[in-house]
Amino acid sequence: MSNPKKKKEILNQPLEFELAILGGRVIDPESRFDRIADIFVHDGLIKEISSRKTTTRIGAKEVIDAKGKIVVPGLIDMHAHLREPGREDEETIYTGSCSAVAGGFTSVCCMPNTEPPIDNQEAVKFVYVKAKEAKCKIVCVGAVTKGEKGEELTEILDLVQAGVVAISDDGKPVSSSQVMRNALEYCKMFNLPIISHCEDLNLSSGGVMHEGFVSTSLGMNGIPSIAEEVMVARDLKLAEFTGGRVHIAHVSTQGSVDLIREAKKRGIKVTCETTPHHFTLTDESVKTFDTNAKVNPPLRTRKDVEAIKKGLKDGTIDSIATDHAPHSVEEKEVEFDFAPFGMVGLETAFGLVVTELVNKKILTWPQAIAKLTINPSRILNLKGGRIKRDFPADLTIIDPKASWIVNPSQFKSKSKNSPFGGKKLRGRVCYTIVDGKIVFP
Amino acid sequence: MKLRSKHLLGLEGMTKEEITLILDTAEPFKEILERPIRIVPTLRGVTVVNLFYEPSTRTRISFELAEKRLSAEVISFSATTSSVKKGETLKDTVRNIEAMKIDMVVVRHQCSGVPYFLTQCLDSSIINAGDGAHEHPTQALLDLFTIREKYKKIRGLKVVIVGDIKYSRVARSDIWGFTTMGAKVAVCGPTTLLPYEIEKMGIEVHHDVDEALEGADVVNVLRIQLERQKGGFLPSLREYTNKFGINVDRLKRLNENFTIMHPGPINRGVEITPEVADGPYSVILNQVTNGVAIRMAVLYLLSGGEGKVE
Repeated sequence: MSNPKKKKEILNQPLEFELAILGGRVIDPESRFDRIADIFVHDGLIKEISSRKTTTRIGAKEVIDAKGKIVVPGLIDMHAHLREPGREDEETIYTGSCSAVAGGFTSVCCMPNTEPPIDNQEAVKFVYVKAKEAKCKIVCVGAVTKGEKGEELTEILDLVQAGVVAISDDGKPVSSSQVMRNALEYCKMFNLPIISHCEDLNLSSGGVMHEGFVSTSLGMNGIPSIAEEVMVARDLKLAEFTGGRVHIAHVSTQGSVDLIREAKKRGIKVTCETTPHHFTLTDESVKTFDTNAKVNPPLRTRKDVEAIKKGLKDGTIDSIATDHAPHSVEEKEVEFDFAPFGMVGLETAFGLVVTELVNKKILTWPQAIAKLTINPSRILNLKGGRIKRDFPADLTIIDPKASWIVNPSQFKSKSKNSPFGGKKLRGRVCYTIVDGKIVFP
Repeated sequence: MKLRSKHLLGLEGMTKEEITLILDTAEPFKEILERPIRIVPTLRGVTVVNLFYEPSTRTRISFELAEKRLSAEVISFSATTSSVKKGETLKDTVRNIEAMKIDMVVVRHQCSGVPYFLTQCLDSSIINAGDGAHEHPTQALLDLFTIREKYKKIRGLKVVIVGDIKYSRVARSDIWGFTTMGAKVAVCGPTTLLPYEIEKMGIEVHHDVDEALEGADVVNVLRIQLERQKGGFLPSLREYTNKFGINVDRLKRLNENFTIMHPGPINRGVEITPEVADGPYSVILNQVTNGVAIRMAVLYLLSGGEGKVE
C-alpha cells in the first residue's frame, strides 16, 4: 500500500479526486492496516490509501477532515428485517436503508420473512428493484423452503441467479431434519450458506421470554436455552455430515457458544453471529413488562452475556448482526404475551459495540470492526467490508469518543421499538459513504 | 401510615409494615361485615371499575361486595361482553373507560403484567385481581389475614404450598407475602410443575409431599387443572392424586393445630379429599369471608385512607 513507486504514480496523477478523507485512523481488518492515513476516492472506488502527509496536496472536490476519527470499511449488517413487501407501515427497503446509513451500515442483508416471503426469483427481483432507491446496498437472502413452511425447498438455483447471498427461513427454524439436510446438501453446489434460526418449536412453545428465575417470578412462559441449543447441536451434526455451510443466526446462549466452539475445532463449516442486544441486555429488562425487550431468541442471563462476550473475544462468534426487527407501536403497546418479538437495531448497533465491547476491552478496534465488515463479507461472499484499492468506496467514519443518548423518536427507521431509549452510548457515526457518495449525514 | 403506591400490583417488594397495615385495616372491616347493616360510607362518590378478562366467581363477587359495602359506585365488565371481541386493544378499551371519569380499576387478566401495563396507560389506581401466573395479591393478603387471625402471628410458622406451582399466581403472591412476614415457606409439586429456579425465592422445594408436610403448620392446597394433563406435564390426574393429593392419612405429619387452606375452586377428590376440605382444621370458607374484608381494606387504603378505620 505504501511502496514508493505507487506514491510517485499518485503524485504524478493530474486527476482531481472526487473525495479525500484526510488524517483519520484507518482500520482495515483484512489487511491488518491500522494507522493514520489518507484515503482518496474516485468513480466510486478507493483509489489510494496513503500514510504520506504530502499527499494532502492532491486536489479533491470534497475533503473530509477525519482527524481524531476512525475510518473503517462500510459496516455490513448480515441480518435485518426490512418488512417490504407486506408491512410497509413498519419499514420499507428505503426507510430501512435510511436507518442503516444513520447507523454506519453501507450494506444490509434483508431476511426473506416478508409477506409474501422471498421464496422465488420474482420476489428477489422485486427486492432488487426497490433496492435501487435505497441509500445503501441491499443484499437479499432467500427462503430455504417455499412459503417458509419448512416443507419443500425453494428453487435455490433460481434464487442464486437472481442474486441471493444466502438462504434462511429466519423467524422460523427449518424444523424437519430431513429438509435441513437436503438444503445443506443442495447448497453445496452453490457454496451458499444457510442461515439457521435455531429454535425447537416444541421446547419454546408458548414462551415469551427466557426461562429462568425472572420468568419464574413474573409467571411468564419461558423459552429455555435448550430450545436453541438442541437445534444448534442438530445443525452442527448435519453440517458435519453433509459438508454443507451453516451460519447460526443470533446466538444467545452459553451452551450454543460452547457447541459452536467445539464444532469449529473439529473443522465443521460453521459460522455464527450474535446481536448487540444479546451481548448487552439480560432477562432483567423484561421485569417492567417492556414489550420492546421482547425478542426471539429472548434476552438471556448474565452468564450467557458473559459467554457471548467470551465467544466474540476468542473468535467463536464471527460476526455481529442487528436482527433489526421493526414493529409498529400498535402491535407493541399490548399485553406482553400478545406483542410480537423483535426490536430495531440498525441505529444503536455500532454504539453498543463501542460501549459494551471496545471500551470494556472485550475486543480491540480491529477485532470489533472485523465482526461488522470483513467477516460477514466473507461469509456471504460480498465485495465490501474491506478498504482496498479499486474496491468500492464503502466507508464509515466514526468519532470513537463522542457520546450520545439514544432517543428512539429520532430514529430514521419507521419503527421505534428499541429497549435502549435513554441509554448513553459512546461512538458515533459521522459519515457513511456508499460507492464514494456521502449518504449520511 | 399510608401505602407507598396508589396501586396494588403484587406483594413482591412490599414491606412487612405495608402488609401489616393492610391486615390491621381489614380487622375493623371484618367487624363491619358482622353487623346487621353491613355498609359504610367510606368510598361514597368513588367509582370503581371491575375489569375481568378471565372468568372468576369468588374474586369478582368478593371485590364487588367489598366495593358496595364501602358505598363505592361499581361498574363490572367482562371480556365476553365488551368490544374486545371487536378487536379493540386493551389500551384503547381502558382509556375509553377512564374517559368516562373513574377512580379505581380492579383487573383480572390471563396475561402476566397487565395491571402494570394499565398503570402506564391510566391515571386511576390499579388493583391486581390476578394476572396470568404472576400475582394475586389480595388472595395472599386474605391468606395472611386468615392465618394471623388463627395463630395471632405469622412469623415462625411453616407454610407448605402443594400443587401446580408453575402456573399459580396464588403461589407466587403467597411466597412473597409469607416470607416477608417471617414464615418459613416450602413448595411441593410434580417436578414438571415447579418453575425454574423457584428456590431462589427463598423457599424450600420438595417433590415428596410426605417429606414436605413434616412439621408444617399450614398447608395451602392449589387447584390442579385438567389442562396440565393435556399439556403433557402430568401422566394423569389419578397419578397426581396418588402422589400429591392431600388426604386424612397425610395430615398425620403436620404439627398439632394445623390448618388447611385452598384458594378455590376445589377439585374435590383430585388435589384434596372431601374429608380434608370439610374438616375442622379447614379454613377454606373463612378465607372467603376474610377476602371481602381484605379487599375493603385495600380499596380504602389505595383511595387515600390512612391508618385505623373508625
